[in-house]
Amino acid sequence: MNSLAKLLEAALFASPRPIPTDELAALDPEASPAALQSAIDELREHYDVDGHGVSLVDVGAGWQILTRPEYTETIERAQLAARPQRLSAAALETLAIIAYRQPIGRAEVAEIRGVDVGAVIKGLHERGLIDVVGRAEGLGRPLLYGTTPSFLEQFGLRHLEELPRVDELAIALRKPGQLDEPEAASEAVPEVAEPVVA
Amino acid sequence: MVPVTAVESHPTDAAFVVDIAGFNGPLDLLLSLIRDEQVDVYDIPVARICEQFLQRMHALKLNEAAEYLEMAARLIRIKAQMLLPRKEGEEGWEDPRAELVRRLLEYQQMREVVDVLEKLGEDRRNRFGRSFLQQAAAPPPAPLALSLSDLLVAVDRVLRAARKPTIHEVIPRALDVDGAMTTVRAVLELRAHARWRDVVRADAEPWEVLSGLLALLELAKRTELHLTQLRPFADVEIRREFAGEAA
Repeated sequence: MNSLAKLLEAALFASPRPIPTDELAALDPEASPAALQSAIDELREHYDVDGHGVSLVDVGAGWQILTRPEYTETIERAQLAARPQRLSAAALETLAIIAYRQPIGRAEVAEIRGVDVGAVIKGLHERGLIDVVGRAEGLGRPLLYGTTPSFLEQFGLRHLEELPRVDELAIALRKPGQLDEPEAASEAVPEVAEPVVA
Repeated sequence: MVPVTAVESHPTDAAFVVDIAGFNGPLDLLLSLIRDEQVDVYDIPVARICEQFLQRMHALKLNEAAEYLEMAARLIRIKAQMLLPRKEGEEGWEDPRAELVRRLLEYQQMREVVDVLEKLGEDRRNRFGRSFLQQAAAPPPAPLALSLSDLLVAVDRVLRAARKPTIHEVIPRALDVDGAMTTVRAVLELRAHARWRDVVRADAEPWEVLSGLLALLELAKRTELHLTQLRPFADVEIRREFAGEAA
């Protein structure tokens, strides 16, 4: 490995958090962007090709050295590290709606899920996955929620656009003509909508 | 499946554990029925599905969950509306199922996103980084790089500085704010406008200047006079404030 790649490796090892590319660049101000990129590539290949228990991953918030998934069970069984708690289906549903429709109020989420979502939203908020991003106009000025950078990080996304687009989802591929009421079917394709206050 | 009567809005921190008998609400149950019965979501046989829904609700002891009851009521209403006679090719007839279909499709689409999120989250969860989930501790301060002689030189310097202490003698000088207030009032008796120099002599002692300043501020507070200063360090204008005029 060249010396820049070694420097990156040392920094990534020392840092408790992912390091964004621009912070990696700041480690050696004399290195050109191309040199930095090739050093990142070299380090990544070093882990991938030579066969290591870890690999270099762009986790969204930056680069991080992560253990390979096949060792997770053993590491967790030995209580050396613990995986974060898995989100319940209810929490994931709520999170999915908020991710696609943000900013969105609680009533609208409940409308789509068909159940009350107060407790779930509170839980997601406590886990830092969503946050209040504003208030809707209208009666009671309900709080509007959106996803946080921590959401991206916990799902390994660089930005929201990495989520599948609404028109790529399988259900939307159904022809509207297959429904008796054409306009009802076209309504069924949820676009990112303006917040509606119930 | 374990029947659970608790609903999701239970006040305890149940947000991440409660599944009602494996279903996430009436739309979920309805969708699974439609899948089990292998019917077209765009052409739901409402009577059959409604009956199935009520049966499942009963079997899962969901009779007390308001959201399921509401859905049951909705299905029964749609079933009734479907039974109403309508003329062939009637204009303006709206399929009573349309709204339900829209919600089901919307819900199903959201479930697809859930699958994606679940996969992404699981991939990320299954890999540990350094200090995973731990707060990054502030790095400890670097240890002092000192030789013994550095330390001795420093001690010597401190001792030498300490040997000749400078003792300041502080003489308390009482301020005479009341006296200065009398002066200011006397000046304003004579003229409605005054300046700083009219109430504090040019060769005033510091305690006199301070007394004058405090007197002015005190009188301004009591709204007996009005102070203006156009910009920092400009001359202070003093104007008599008439009773009733005070803002």
